[in-house]
Amino acid sequence: MSTRIPQVDFGRRVLVLRRRRIAVRLQWRSVVVCAVLAVAVAGTAVLALMTGSYPLSPGQVLSALTGRETGIVHDIVVEWRLPRVAAALVFGAALGVSGAVFQSLLRNPLADPGIIGFSHGSYTGALIVILVVNGTYVQLVGGALLGGMATAVAVYVLAYRRGAQGFRLIIVGIGVSAMLGSLNTWLILMADLDQAMSAAAWGAGSLNGVSWDQVVIGGACIAVLLLLAGMLSRPMRQMELGDDAAASQGVRVWPARLGLILVGVALTATVTAASGPIAFISLVTPQIARRLARTAGITLAPAAFVGALLCLASDYLAQHVAPTPLPVGIITVVLGGGYLGYLLFTEARRRL
Amino acid sequence: MTALALRQDGPGTETAPGPRRRLFGLVVALVVLVVLLVLSVMIGSTAIAPSVVWDALFHSSADIDQFAIRDFRLPRTIAGLVVGVALGLSGALIQSLTRNPLADPGVLGVHAGASFAVTAAVGLLGVRDAQGYMWFAFGGALIVTLLVLALGSTRQGSSPVVMVLAGVCVGAVLGGAREALQLTNPDAFDAMRYWNAGSIVGRPLEVVWPILPYFAVALILAFAVSGPLNALALGDELAVAQGVRVVRTRVLAVIALTLLAGGATAIAGPIGFVGLMVPHVARWIVGPHQRWIFAYSILLAPSLLLVSDILGRVVMRPAEIPVGVVTAFVGGPVLVALVRRKKASGL
Repeated sequence: MSTRIPQVDFGRRVLVLRRRRIAVRLQWRSVVVCAVLAVAVAGTAVLALMTGSYPLSPGQVLSALTGRETGIVHDIVVEWRLPRVAAALVFGAALGVSGAVFQSLLRNPLADPGIIGFSHGSYTGALIVILVVNGTYVQLVGGALLGGMATAVAVYVLAYRRGAQGFRLIIVGIGVSAMLGSLNTWLILMADLDQAMSAAAWGAGSLNGVSWDQVVIGGACIAVLLLLAGMLSRPMRQMELGDDAAASQGVRVWPARLGLILVGVALTATVTAASGPIAFISLVTPQIARRLARTAGITLAPAAFVGALLCLASDYLAQHVAPTPLPVGIITVVLGGGYLGYLLFTEARRRL
Repeated sequence: MTALALRQDGPGTETAPGPRRRLFGLVVALVVLVVLLVLSVMIGSTAIAPSVVWDALFHSSADIDQFAIRDFRLPRTIAGLVVGVALGLSGALIQSLTRNPLADPGVLGVHAGASFAVTAAVGLLGVRDAQGYMWFAFGGALIVTLLVLALGSTRQGSSPVVMVLAGVCVGAVLGGAREALQLTNPDAFDAMRYWNAGSIVGRPLEVVWPILPYFAVALILAFAVSGPLNALALGDELAVAQGVRVVRTRVLAVIALTLLAGGATAIAGPIGFVGLMVPHVARWIVGPHQRWIFAYSILLAPSLLLVSDILGRVVMRPAEIPVGVVTAFVGGPVLVALVRRKKASGL
């Protein structure tokens, strides 16, 4: 292998970082977009940390974050408000990447872990852990993961018929979701009131009860998964060309696809376990990111930033703008559903 | 019109049984429905003998079982019958109107529209009586129907997938908005808690009666447009060539659909999948003939609803499962089976 690579004009400016055996190719526009988004995320985060029943100034927030405040301001920012903001950031990024992976794999802008029944499956798994086993947080994560995986596999198998066609996958997903949804209602009806209340609050998709423990455990899982997703992003882009073309370029298609499915599902499941199903972020994010970064296909990094921004902004709206604090899932349903309608109205009309 | 309609399901379609067999099937369906109505009154947290049911209806006394029948089981059964008829017919209408075998007032978000409108009426405007929120249910159902029809039709005609997706997304948005309304407004939440699960329990007959006249109008409209809808199944151009007034047919069908779906939601809350499954069963029995499909749907849908309701009472005795939960649990696999069929049964 020679280190000299012939220069190819890709029609857009490309930034190549080389360091010994690792080389990363970045599109210039994506880098700029990500930087702008990062600034927006930071701004929103500071805003969210400032707002509440005890308003703070930006300066107080910043000094509390850098450890120069003690007493009540430190407690409010670091102990009370930061876990929630951090959770919104991390979970939003995870959902964005998960949606990007799914949409790229299924080559369908409407594919979404929620639409294909995944969230309901995670919820069922988590409910069984909460209500039947009465398990710990780790078991809850396991239950949600297992439930989500089983549902994803079931939907895929049920939709498989000489290839899993996107349309059939979506309709099968709707059917399976409806079934699992009614199963979830039934499980909640069976439980006693206290457990049912906590399960129902979880089910709406809320960041209310998020503690530092959950943020740290969930964040660690998500960090590892995001790294894996980044490593798989090149085969992912190549597989968008079709399995044969990707194989001819040296991609081992089946291992790569399995890995991507596992990563995508695990990302959603981790978030679902911690906060309940937060709908539609994973659907909307990759499309917004693609339009902002003007990339040809779906890319992961902008999706992560857009997801974080969306989740944070939705949570801010749900907590501070709505007349009473709402679960963030409700805001994302309304925003994301509206966007999906718009998407159907413009794009699908042309293409389908 | 009948002669014309009959000729259409002749060659090329699945073997359509003759009128005599269709009529026989209709009688069987009617008998099944009557049996289920009786069972629905008899079965519950305590089983009540048929003789007591008979006495309760015709020789009333202060017996506790008679009280249970007159005040609880009978209204519930009547609500099940009325809601079932409305759900089945609205499903058959929406499937033939959209020419989409996957259409269902629940899947397409019509129920969500009606229930959002009712929740808004109860929560924001303080409407409390059935007479008042009935109109909101009609309005919500109408707006969503038109919206989904508009979103789902492309320039080349309507596409089943886009329409289903549009319905699901409209339903999700309105469901989220409804949930937000309920959470910000504890009063509304309390009033709507049971209603939103999709159940026919505890619906006093005073809620059912005012809606019946509208159902009657819808029934007449549905049968009036059943012939033109047969022609529309061939495509707009052919229908026009056969002298069908396309726009008028569609408008009348949408009105009937709105009254039925909105009314059913006003009584029972959102109950999904009955309107999806029943017209398919009807189509397997009678072939592609709307008038017969409508007639069968009217008899089969309440049967399905009552079976689901009875199951919901028996499975977890003495606790009960709302009928909407049972129908979704049965209906999900049916939807999956439908898309897996090589050719979704044609309309």
